Amino acid sequence: MLDFLKSPIYSLQEFIQLSGRTFRNLFRRPHYGDDIALQMDIIGVGSLPIVLLTGFFSGAVMALQMSRALRQYGATGEAGRAVAITLVRELGPVLTALMVTGRNASGMASELGSMKVTEQIDAMRALGTDPVQKLLKPRLIATAVVLPLLTVIADFVGLVGGWVVACPYLNLTTTDYYWNKAYQSIEYNDLAQGLLKPFGFAIIIALVGCYYGMQTTGGTQGVGLSTTRAVVVASVWIFVLNFFIGTFFV
Amino acid sequence: MRDNGHPAILRFEDVTVRFDDTVALDQVSFALEEGETCVLLGAAGSGKTVALKTALGLIRADQGQVFLFGEDATAKKERELVDLRSRVGMLFQEGALFDSLTIEENVAYPLRNQKTLRCPPEQVRPRVEETLRFVELGHTLEKVPSELSGGMRRRVGIARAIVGAPPLLLYDSPTAGLDPITANNIMTLIAKERDLRHTTTALATHRYQDGHLLANFRYNADSGRLEPARGGGGPRTRFLVFQEGRIVFGGSQAELEDSRDPYISKFARRLKE
Repeated sequence: MLDFLKSPIYSLQEFIQLSGRTFRNLFRRPHYGDDIALQMDIIGVGSLPIVLLTGFFSGAVMALQMSRALRQYGATGEAGRAVAITLVRELGPVLTALMVTGRNASGMASELGSMKVTEQIDAMRALGTDPVQKLLKPRLIATAVVLPLLTVIADFVGLVGGWVVACPYLNLTTTDYYWNKAYQSIEYNDLAQGLLKPFGFAIIIALVGCYYGMQTTGGTQGVGLSTTRAVVVASVWIFVLNFFIGTFFV
Repeated sequence: MRDNGHPAILRFEDVTVRFDDTVALDQVSFALEEGETCVLLGAAGSGKTVALKTALGLIRADQGQVFLFGEDATAKKERELVDLRSRVGMLFQEGALFDSLTIEENVAYPLRNQKTLRCPPEQVRPRVEETLRFVELGHTLEKVPSELSGGMRRRVGIARAIVGAPPLLLYDSPTAGLDPITANNIMTLIAKERDLRHTTTALATHRYQDGHLLANFRYNADSGRLEPARGGGGPRTRFLVFQEGRIVFGGSQAELEDSRDPYISKFARRLKE
């Protein structure tokens, strides 16, 4: 009767086991510093263009959509505050994480999946290397370091996008007032959740991407399936975690 | 453990491996003695690859025990298997070369990562060059696997398996999907490795002629060619036939060819025809 629950529970168990092994290996030697640096380059530098674009336009669109409401209440001077709070608390971390999920969770799943179906993972084990140490750990560390940095960049670029719309484009407020409001409105609480969220999201992105890669079976079709699953599952869990971290700080 | 005066390097005792509801190996028992060549024959999906991977601990046995160099590999954790695995070389079905590494880095991988091999960094490059020359690919150091043909990738796979000079070599379908000339070159290399370095060899294949070649030919270092082994001086070769996860035959080539079992005789008959 409960057979339909077997598969998801088994998957969850496998995921928890793999995550546990990855965390246990964090402080064990060898550390493969070159691989960590390479992954930071792929995830960080590689994702920078899309993060800049999404950050800029989400800030800009926030200012645009808020402009009517602010005008109605005669509060156009609050544009900087509105953009800053929404970006730092929610849009910056979530949109950056979704962009990195689409780009890197899929990349991890497909790369590791291809290695799995071509027996490279087995070869690695046969040649004295723990795939968790060599493949998962560098990706987890790199994502956890880089995603908060990307989020900070996205937040700043989003504020610039908001400023472009609020000041030169719609003349809602002055430049000084916009930046003052933005600066004053951000509290330590906002910064804490704005940095804690991407850290949590990074763990989800790396572990889900790697998990689906390592579970791949069935040739190239299996690789495609793993990639899709990794993106979908990581995206959903990002929204779930976002809610729970949000409730903690509200 | 000794059998016929030779220590068993690899021993399976009632090994069963299951994948969900499928039984991949069903109470398999056999021993591979030092200096022996063992040919694992069988149709696709009969359990040959699973047997080789179980020998290395890459697949865990659900029941039974696997003894590698006298140690119970089934009782060891993943980290504890590293030392044992460094004494075994394995050629995977498609070569399993690391795409992102050059040929030099691929072949150097065991020397750099298997600490028990204790290869000083300055000796890595010379050993890689020497091994690639052995498989007649000395000119491919800087290439990446995608630049090589299927046969060349298989030869690099052999180089990577033998670079650490392991006493036991496992070959998983080394000639699958190759043209007859390339397949023959690969088999010549396997015989060359076995006869020059005196390694114990297990070869999984569905081609009877691969086993026939290993059983009846020796590599002559002077002529650089394979020659028929005469006067009973041929290598000790044993054939195992797998069917649906079970060993249905174990014995010499003559016994295999005399078998009247329809499944077993399929493998021996092909060459006669």
